[in-house]
Amino acid sequence: MDFNELFSNFGELTTTGLTIGAIYALVALGYTLVYGVLRLINFAHSEVFIAGAFAAIWTWGAFGLNQDSNVTGFGAIVFYLLIAMLVAALASAATATVVERVAYRPLRKRNAPPLAFLITAIGASIAISEAFGIYTRRLPESGPRLVSQDPLFHVFGVPINPVQLLTIGGALLMMILLDMFINRSRVGRGIRAVAQDPNTAALMGVNKDRIILMVFVVGGAMAGVAGLLYDVRIQTLTYSVGFLLGLKAFTAAVLGGIGNLRGALLGGLLLGLVENYASAVFGTNWKDFAAFAVLVVLLMFRPTGLLGESLGRARA
Amino acid sequence: MTTILERVHSGRQAVGERWRGAPRWVRWALLAAVIVFFYALPNKEFYQYLGPIPTPGANFTQVLFTISIYVLLAVGLNIVVGFAGLLDLGYFGFFAVGAYTVAVLTSPSSDIKTLWPWLLVVPIAIALTMVSGVMLGTPTLRLRGDYLAIVTLGFAEMIRIAAVSSEFLKGQRGFNQIPHPPGQYADGKPVFGVLDARPYYWLVLTLIILVVIGVRNLTRSRVGRAWVSIREDEDAAQLMGVPTFKFKLWAFASGAAVAGLAGALFAGKQNFVNSQNFELLNSIIILAAVIFGGSGNIVGAIVGGGLVAYMIERFRSIELFGIELYEYRFLVFGLVLVVMMIFRPQGLIPNRRRAAEFKDRRKEVIVGE
Repeated sequence: MDFNELFSNFGELTTTGLTIGAIYALVALGYTLVYGVLRLINFAHSEVFIAGAFAAIWTWGAFGLNQDSNVTGFGAIVFYLLIAMLVAALASAATATVVERVAYRPLRKRNAPPLAFLITAIGASIAISEAFGIYTRRLPESGPRLVSQDPLFHVFGVPINPVQLLTIGGALLMMILLDMFINRSRVGRGIRAVAQDPNTAALMGVNKDRIILMVFVVGGAMAGVAGLLYDVRIQTLTYSVGFLLGLKAFTAAVLGGIGNLRGALLGGLLLGLVENYASAVFGTNWKDFAAFAVLVVLLMFRPTGLLGESLGRARA
Repeated sequence: MTTILERVHSGRQAVGERWRGAPRWVRWALLAAVIVFFYALPNKEFYQYLGPIPTPGANFTQVLFTISIYVLLAVGLNIVVGFAGLLDLGYFGFFAVGAYTVAVLTSPSSDIKTLWPWLLVVPIAIALTMVSGVMLGTPTLRLRGDYLAIVTLGFAEMIRIAAVSSEFLKGQRGFNQIPHPPGQYADGKPVFGVLDARPYYWLVLTLIILVVIGVRNLTRSRVGRAWVSIREDEDAAQLMGVPTFKFKLWAFASGAAVAGLAGALFAGKQNFVNSQNFELLNSIIILAAVIFGGSGNIVGAIVGGGLVAYMIERFRSIELFGIELYEYRFLVFGLVLVVMMIFRPQGLIPNRRRAAEFKDRRKEVIVGE
């Protein structure tokens, strides 16, 4: 226990916590969307994230960038970021689509019990993660340092660097876009309808299969962007990091209220803060322990999360 | 494709009919023969005639011990997943609790230096795992099934992190000189030595038989019927007056106790326990084993646990087209889980009632599919 550490570095712990929390939040969106519509924990979502993260690193590799390359010029950096984001989002969305088609849809067709879905999800998750592991020979892949991590300016004496700005800003922007998509667009209306009552929605002419596919695609794209932001921040990637990150993102989704989009943002940021503060007080080894402890305690006292389950609202 | 499947299916059904139709003494004789076979298996004089069955890459008796531990765990997890229908993804966590209890209370490298004998600690280990099962179950068993799955997963990860990070549990350095089970031959040599794994295997085999008898009796009692009713329809069971929460907790605690026993046996054999023994994937392998064999059926769980553990070891040192098969073992497991759930969710040797449940649900109407 070391509260001095917490108080003396409170500002920095907060900014780094919010940064990692923003990544959790983006991944948590995928869990929340799928759960809201299908009442299913998409356990393979962590691998959807990993697919995007690898895609981003390999895209940079295809342009000849590695951990030693030094990219200068604002235009070049933005170009590399955008192209990697596009590829990562596409790769993640494609992975999510494959998982939906191969692992979930056959089970839906025969009305399998909920636990059967979870088991195929675990299977798919392990298979994808191992496939990446075997392909990368279980070694970390490195990417370039595109965005500087030197402090850009200080707020109340707390240094803020461009990576933090990019991560938090990017995550917020994606959130706002997603929120608008769900609440304003035609497909979004379909998603909300299926979330509320799948059978009635189908009777009213909503193409349920297409909507479910869209949910996986949108959630996947969000995870892809999260993968890119993860690469920008850490610059190395091992095939196995997805599991832990996925579990934490799920915790974040539950924390904010699973099925609730704004809850995912709140949950992600809060979880990032909590685990950062905990690692300052108890030591970095206990960081992940704190995250899971939050999950267990939360489910004990408020299983619907801080903001409650919504997206559909009407279903109990 | 379908015709082959159908033929296999009808062939297996014929075997099943035959088994159920056979006179009682034939069944007992067959069962006795199987048990004798498994007791004889670790002797080199016997297994050298078995052709490709012994593992080329590792000492076969050691492998048999590992397999027997997996079988014991599969039998335990089958109570939770197969009978009560609760998805426990952190089952290996209980195994860790059992092993660490033994390690802390018996090893000279532990901080409390109790140095108790192994046999005394085993019941304590089982009791503690049961308590941890109840502690974990009380908050989570009130929740929906999939929350339970994630929380158990988190629990196993918490145990692992605690083992890695806490001073008390020694992390990577681990505990050494954990005593073996007691017993001496007439000439003063210990029965449970360091080199020969056979006595340990026989011990675990005997315990598996005892546990199976216990579980079988339990499932044919009021408790077992309550579990099945909860698995089939929890709300209906509750309305019929089954105290569902209590029985779910029971299933959770019994399953945990078996894992604790397995952990204690593992620690007694291995003589050394550290944080690397408890990777999370192990929980998933055992779950895969139970599903693969046929959850809800004790024989299915045993066959599944045995086959899966055996396959992992058999993959070692096999090369196909210049690639080591062992490297692909988890990839294969993941795919097996997906394929099994899609094509044969009831497992290799299904529980007939559970297979009927899956069939029933298929007939229910879904709109818009």
